[in-house]
Amino acid sequence: MVAFDLRLTKRIGETRIDFALTAGEGATVLFGPSGAGKTSVLNMIAGLLRPDAGHVRVSGETLFDADAGIDLPPERRRAGYVFQEPRLFPHLRVRDNLRYGAPGGRVEMAAIDFLGIGHLLDRWPRTLSGGEARRVTIGRALLGAPRFLLLDEPLSSLDRARREEILTAIEHIRDTARLPILMVTHDAGEAERIGTRIVSVE
Amino acid sequence: MLTATEWQIVALSLRVGLVAIVMTLPIAFALAWLLARAAFPGKLLVDALVHLPLVVPPVVTGWVLLILFAPSGLIGHWLDRAFGVTVLFRWTGAAIAAGVMALPLMVRAMRLSIEAVDRRFENAARTLGAGRWRVFRTITLPLSLPGVAAGLVLGFARGLGEFGATITFVSNVPGETQTLPLAIYSALQQPGGDALVWRLSVISVALSLAALVASELLVRRAGRGHGGV
Repeated sequence: MVAFDLRLTKRIGETRIDFALTAGEGATVLFGPSGAGKTSVLNMIAGLLRPDAGHVRVSGETLFDADAGIDLPPERRRAGYVFQEPRLFPHLRVRDNLRYGAPGGRVEMAAIDFLGIGHLLDRWPRTLSGGEARRVTIGRALLGAPRFLLLDEPLSSLDRARREEILTAIEHIRDTARLPILMVTHDAGEAERIGTRIVSVE
Repeated sequence: MLTATEWQIVALSLRVGLVAIVMTLPIAFALAWLLARAAFPGKLLVDALVHLPLVVPPVVTGWVLLILFAPSGLIGHWLDRAFGVTVLFRWTGAAIAAGVMALPLMVRAMRLSIEAVDRRFENAARTLGAGRWRVFRTITLPLSLPGVAAGLVLGFARGLGEFGATITFVSNVPGETQTLPLAIYSALQQPGGDALVWRLSVISVALSLAALVASELLVRRAGRGHGGV
């Protein structure tokens, strides 16, 4: 089954993004140097950036189609989006960050036990370390009952030990959650390790 | 401590100041949000109009209010017909004058705090399934709240000090529209009123100082709240 069927055209200032991808289940890694527009591609899939032309289909559902005039708002696309910087809501405790997108506001800790964040629930985001914040962000995305995951450089600005934790967590999601994953990275090692397939972006 | 007359003046001033900012709050916040976030034709004009009370002589603002709220005026006529009330020479009129004069300061503080809300949080909330209204309620509003509070305090302090527009619009009626500055003005006119001028001035300074310190504390707290994200 085709997980991601994308054709995107977008002009941002002087740069022009032309991106096409058809990918099956598992984790697809977009690999390429910074500044190649990979984050813009994720934003267009999530509905935060409007493509000039093309389409976005995920697991057979059309989220955007310029020709057909379809453009679902971000809140109806159900992307589990892990941004490059954690973006935890600063005025909400970890628990309330986790339940923000959860259906019924319930935090199913069992679903995210593997992230090891159970002891952080009553903390404020600003008191978390980089690795902790990253894991909470991944947990928040997973609890939002997403139909697919978008991971933007999920290991950036983490030290070696923390990277290993997050890599293991992503592998766990890939192998157990059966969610299509689209991950962006500029690190060949990460790409090799996570990617069911690797797509080079120039 | 304070005499009965002084208490009356202080209580009236506080009531006028509080009602003024409560009345102005929704208008100020809506204007601040529009100026911070919306793009529409005539935005520059709206921005200029909002700031007008800050630069126009207060007497002129008071005179415009008088024309609008007079029984034959645009708003005065409607108020009289719909509710049978008038705000002329009433403390409610003093509150309107204070609110109009406080509006620019309130909009400025609120606009800055709305502009300071990181859009990336709002985008993150939307990917988590929140529609525009829920994003506004749960992200934008709480994150801009310290600025809203600072705007309220500043507006309150401005309202307490209102003189020109008030005396022009609702005159200087003891017990009804005679707020602190107007009472000080009256005392100055009377032989032997020096002691009262002194006492009322000290009260004014104390109230204004307290408001400014409160506002400063709120802004600092806002700075901390957004930090370390």
